Amino acid sequence: MIRRLSAAIALLILGVLQVVYGATAYVSNEKDDTLSVIDTDRMVVIKTIQVGQRPRGILLSQDMTMLYICASDDDAVQIFDIKQEKIVGELPSGADPEQFVLHPDNRHLFIANEDDNLVTVVDIGKDDVVAQIDVGVEPEGLAISPDGKLAVNTSETTNMVHWIDAKNFSLIDNTLVDQRPRHAEFESDSKTLWVSSEIGGTVSIIDSDSKLVTRTINFSIKGVHRDRIQPVGIKLDQQGKYAYVALGPANHIAVIDRKTYAVIKYILVGRRVWHMAFTPDNKYLMTTNGVSGDVTVIDLAEHKAIKSIKVGRYPWGIAIHP
Amino acid sequence: MYRTLLLSFLLSTIWGVHAQVPAADEISILYIKQLIDRPPVLANLDAVPEDEGTAGARLAIQDNNATGRFLKQQFTVQEVLFNASESADTILKAVQESKHHFVILNLPALSLESVIKADVGNDKLLFNVGSADDRFRIELCRNNLLHSVPSRAMLGDALTQYLIKKRWIDWMLVQGPLEGDKKFADAMRRSAAKFGAKILTEKIWDGGRDARRSAQSEVPLLTQGKDYDVLIVADEWGDFGDYLMYRTWTPRPVAGTQSLFPTGWYWTAEQWGATQLQTRFYKLAKRRLGDKDFAAWVAVRSIGEAATRLNSTESKKIIDYIQSPKFELAAYKGRKLSYRPWSGQLRQPIVVTTPKSLVTNSPQEGFLHQRNELDTLGFDEPEVHCKRN
Repeated sequence: MIRRLSAAIALLILGVLQVVYGATAYVSNEKDDTLSVIDTDRMVVIKTIQVGQRPRGILLSQDMTMLYICASDDDAVQIFDIKQEKIVGELPSGADPEQFVLHPDNRHLFIANEDDNLVTVVDIGKDDVVAQIDVGVEPEGLAISPDGKLAVNTSETTNMVHWIDAKNFSLIDNTLVDQRPRHAEFESDSKTLWVSSEIGGTVSIIDSDSKLVTRTINFSIKGVHRDRIQPVGIKLDQQGKYAYVALGPANHIAVIDRKTYAVIKYILVGRRVWHMAFTPDNKYLMTTNGVSGDVTVIDLAEHKAIKSIKVGRYPWGIAIHP
Repeated sequence: MYRTLLLSFLLSTIWGVHAQVPAADEISILYIKQLIDRPPVLANLDAVPEDEGTAGARLAIQDNNATGRFLKQQFTVQEVLFNASESADTILKAVQESKHHFVILNLPALSLESVIKADVGNDKLLFNVGSADDRFRIELCRNNLLHSVPSRAMLGDALTQYLIKKRWIDWMLVQGPLEGDKKFADAMRRSAAKFGAKILTEKIWDGGRDARRSAQSEVPLLTQGKDYDVLIVADEWGDFGDYLMYRTWTPRPVAGTQSLFPTGWYWTAEQWGATQLQTRFYKLAKRRLGDKDFAAWVAVRSIGEAATRLNSTESKKIIDYIQSPKFELAAYKGRKLSYRPWSGQLRQPIVVTTPKSLVTNSPQEGFLHQRNELDTLGFDEPEVHCKRN
């Protein structure tokens, strides 16, 4: 009886714990071939999961049931079932997938194939490649306009943003930007595109209609050589107020006012910061820091780093499940 | 000569793809390589690939064309290969008689000297991708000559900055018998004076010993004497340097041309997309990317990058742009690369590596320069005697 009771209590505690568990962050560790799973309420790593080789880009399906993982050295996009906590399949991805993005139709996955100068479009429902689009050398950053009309890809060595019609998968136009463009993000109205240039050290603001660069944002941090300021990840908050730019080996996140495009603050984080994700309550921003192998948690109300969480080697991508 | 022409014709047929896209504007690049007779070496474990340098140019042509198709620009390379015994005059003639505006020279110092001392016309831009000789940067510089391969001075400075950072400042120097060994040793002497290291003892490896058989007894004897922090070896062809490691009288690390060495490119580099470049190169050449391949890649990419930014294939515009302050190139080294106006030398971080792991990239933090930290490597403007304009 006592045993049964304690078992029931244990179950109860587990149940309570499960309720307490809030959102879950998944971090891809490029050099460990693992995902670190972080409970974002307690901000601790609760699990490490083995995945394919050299995992980099990761994202959640629209219905939040699946996690897609670019396993670059396996030439595959793996499908991770969140509930079952295991890899349940693979999508055809083309060679060396690094980053990808899911169309708002929750069906078409756009994948950058770095070694082949291609963007591959996969129909997730049919598990089939529906298009391959020739782009510049070393395609990396990908974004789809929230209205679903445009896909863009940045090519790191060609230094262009390639504009793709997201319906018929044809290349429409190209915009030249600064050296080594890494990442692209659309504003929610789809009218403006943000693109980071790692070696150029800038962020370009591009008008989606004219495809012209309307503004270039520069960065300057006291005591950090300008060549070490290497913008990679970009995140735009839902409120439309701030943009956050990860500055790589400068070890800072730049906070940009989206009305004036002025940099209002630099937040010190871990070493070689790559990518970021907001927690679902929009209270925190979590950053992956490649060289220091940790995740920094930033309090968005204060714009302050409040915690760092040790993860695997070379954390790269991050996706947060509510 | 006949064989050379035939070969170049064949290669240009293979690598030039202009026939398929007649609408595009074409930039044709001449690539001239002279083979070098390698002296016999003891550590003959690594062969020098026959397409050293050449494969880098070929990859850059592919990369340029992948970008060029968005701007209707087409890049081709015509390759000309000379034997080691070919006279410098013949090579010079090949440059002078060509109609190409862009010429990549992968030549030993002697042949390069005869080309750049002669008149090859003002409408050509030459890239040296083969010679590290400092003289071309400080005495024999000329307009329209750029160097994408690092000079010995840059290599020496890159290694020395790291040794200084480690506070390994007392050196013993062992120099081989060949001319290149002396030049590398000179570069290390210059770097030591520049950054404050001390060469306590200098030794000559006279080449008479077979280090494989007798290293155990020879090297301890050679390295006895005043205590030092690090043994610097100057052995450019890899004759004996590898045999110094673990055989010194006292337990001391070896650096220089072997063990811990500076170079323009080595396969241990992984950051800033270096892995991608190396994967592409491996697919094309079936071997690892080397420093001369990288130098040739950078030269051809410089032309491509200028053509992209200008949206033009006009040679004069491209030649001016590459040498202007506006020019910058991302090349997997984590910094923008550009050419020094006073010497035509490419500014670039230098890899400092061991045979299987990257140790660091120089310049090291804390070595400051009023203009650009990359200019702490090699000869700075006031040290250059010749004039470019």
